[in-house]
Amino acid sequence: MIRSHHLPLMVTLATFVLAYALCGMQYPSMFSTRVVANLLTDNAFLGIVAVGMTFVILSGGIDLSVGSVIAFSGVFLAVILRDTAIHPLAAFVLVLCITTAFGASMGALIHYLEMPPFIVTLAGMFLARGAAYVLSTDSVPIDHAFYDVLKDIYWKAPSGGRFRLIGGLMIVTFVVAGLVLHRTRFGQNVYALGGGAATARLMGVPLAGTTIGIYAVSGGLAGLAGIVFSLYTSAGYSLATVGVELDAIAAVVIGGTLLSGGYGFVAGTFFGILIMGLIQTYIVFDGSLSSWWTKIVIGGLLFAFILLQKGLTWATTTRRKTATGFATQS
Amino acid sequence: MASTTTSTFRRILPQLVILGCALMLNVLVFPDFFRIEFQNGRLFGNLIDVLNRGAPVALLSIGMTLVIATRGIDLSVGAVMAIAGATAASLVVEGHGWVTALLGALAVGAICGAWNGLLVAILRIQPIVATLVLMVAGRGIAQLITEGTILTFLNPGLIRLGAGTIMGVPTPIILWIVLGAFAAFAVRRTALGLLIESIGVNQASSRLAGINARVLLISVYLVSGLCAALAGVIVAADIKGADANNAGLWLELDAILAVVIGGNSLLGGRFSIVASLLGALIIQSVNSVILLSGMPPEFNLVIKALLILAILVIQSPKVGHAVYMLRAAGPKAFDTRPAPAARPQKEQS
Repeated sequence: MIRSHHLPLMVTLATFVLAYALCGMQYPSMFSTRVVANLLTDNAFLGIVAVGMTFVILSGGIDLSVGSVIAFSGVFLAVILRDTAIHPLAAFVLVLCITTAFGASMGALIHYLEMPPFIVTLAGMFLARGAAYVLSTDSVPIDHAFYDVLKDIYWKAPSGGRFRLIGGLMIVTFVVAGLVLHRTRFGQNVYALGGGAATARLMGVPLAGTTIGIYAVSGGLAGLAGIVFSLYTSAGYSLATVGVELDAIAAVVIGGTLLSGGYGFVAGTFFGILIMGLIQTYIVFDGSLSSWWTKIVIGGLLFAFILLQKGLTWATTTRRKTATGFATQS
Repeated sequence: MASTTTSTFRRILPQLVILGCALMLNVLVFPDFFRIEFQNGRLFGNLIDVLNRGAPVALLSIGMTLVIATRGIDLSVGAVMAIAGATAASLVVEGHGWVTALLGALAVGAICGAWNGLLVAILRIQPIVATLVLMVAGRGIAQLITEGTILTFLNPGLIRLGAGTIMGVPTPIILWIVLGAFAAFAVRRTALGLLIESIGVNQASSRLAGINARVLLISVYLVSGLCAALAGVIVAADIKGADANNAGLWLELDAILAVVIGGNSLLGGRFSIVASLLGALIIQSVNSVILLSGMPPEFNLVIKALLILAILVIQSPKVGHAVYMLRAAGPKAFDTRPAPAARPQKEQS
């Protein structure tokens, strides 16, 4: 029998397989490697940022700043490559350092000031977006030989699909995140924190270090997503990626992670991203549907998965109650 | 009655001081800031502008204050604004009168609010998640109503709501002041405010005390939806068109910020609508300083962020405790000021 906390993941997987099969029946070309490759490439930055969001939500928090951090990273890269002779790789490292430090300081504020993550990361959102505006309000093109080299790295599947570097980077991020969450002490601490801060403290989980680490991971991955986004668009624009944090949260929830924290898998987030990408691809294939249907369908899916989680939580707590009831009787 | 007035005044004193500072900054960068003229049958002046432009956030902050007082949050208000604006616009474009359009928009706002309230009160979904659903889907719904275009209209009645005047005063100002006064009166002259606070402090014990938490929760989200709908109609009337993509974009964050600047705790409990309205005016005055001083508007967000950070530090339970301990340990161990009221401890969840 499937254990109840695996059920949301299974439902996500089944939703994806079913949706993909239905799409494929209507448009057989949806099964081509081109579509699969584009699904990975187009959603690479969203996937990477959703991994960071998975960490945050597993710990019972939320990070609203990621969209702005992506925009900031893009603008920062564009401006620094335009104005200085620094090599893009060094600029990448610089961006990752800045965004990780930014995330870590938000985590520190959340822990030491005991303020809700919601409002602290809201301030972070304004700050990062404002910093991007201050750097440049125009869309700054990136024209660097190294960018062309990176963009030309791809593996061409026999039937024509091009699996690009950034899609691969997203998959690597998911695999590494899965290993960190399930095979390291930090990962276990994240789950413990999501299960309840008081319990986690009693278990000896270092709360400060874990909280700061979680938001540093989220910030760092948002920086990585910013690099990927700048490779994807070859430009930095301070108004880009508005509302990406909502897409990332939606992907995590559709992926079966409990929003109150403690339960969930990074693999679920991967399929959540693919489901969202699939909806967009279907709308493109259909041609007559308007793009705003994406938002409505994602909102509906979000609602369905929240209901599913509620139902499961309710079912497990009643079962546990009856179990303890029997225990006290006997 | 006099003691109530003094305590209210003491409660909103910090907000008044901040607002005063923000207005003084305005005067520094633009000496004629306070000059108000009466031309062509309406008041003109920068101060009037602040009151007028601040109307949407002020309206939103009324509903948001009540929601936050119950330990909730309403992320969907921006999307509800877009839906309400689109509804009003499409109704007048179809040839209905402006009263029908306004009532239609308010009804849609009430439905949206009731939906949020049902999710929170009956299905017991965390407010931030429950309202996220409508925040994500809402703009799509607004797009469906406007069919993807920016619906423009020329109905003079509807336009008067956003750009017109009543006895020389721009209508939005009158709307938010009247609604704010009504809401503040309703919660403070009846037990309603107390009941809402009790839900925010401890929902379980307030239910044990016989408070119908479900009905109250649904009604606060409904009020928030109504306020958002009215704000949406004003914004649409102001530009004579309904823009499903941009109407009310990120205003939910401004509204939450206004409530936080108003000194209301995000952890629920004691609240003051007047302080939230002052918070909305503070945000608008800061915007005005940035515009008048000729600083690039890019700095607007950075300044807002710093403002939130400053308030976070002041509001933080830990900092408050440390200050209290320092004051207690100082040479004048007990001065005449009363100890800060016990803050609701953050629930470890």
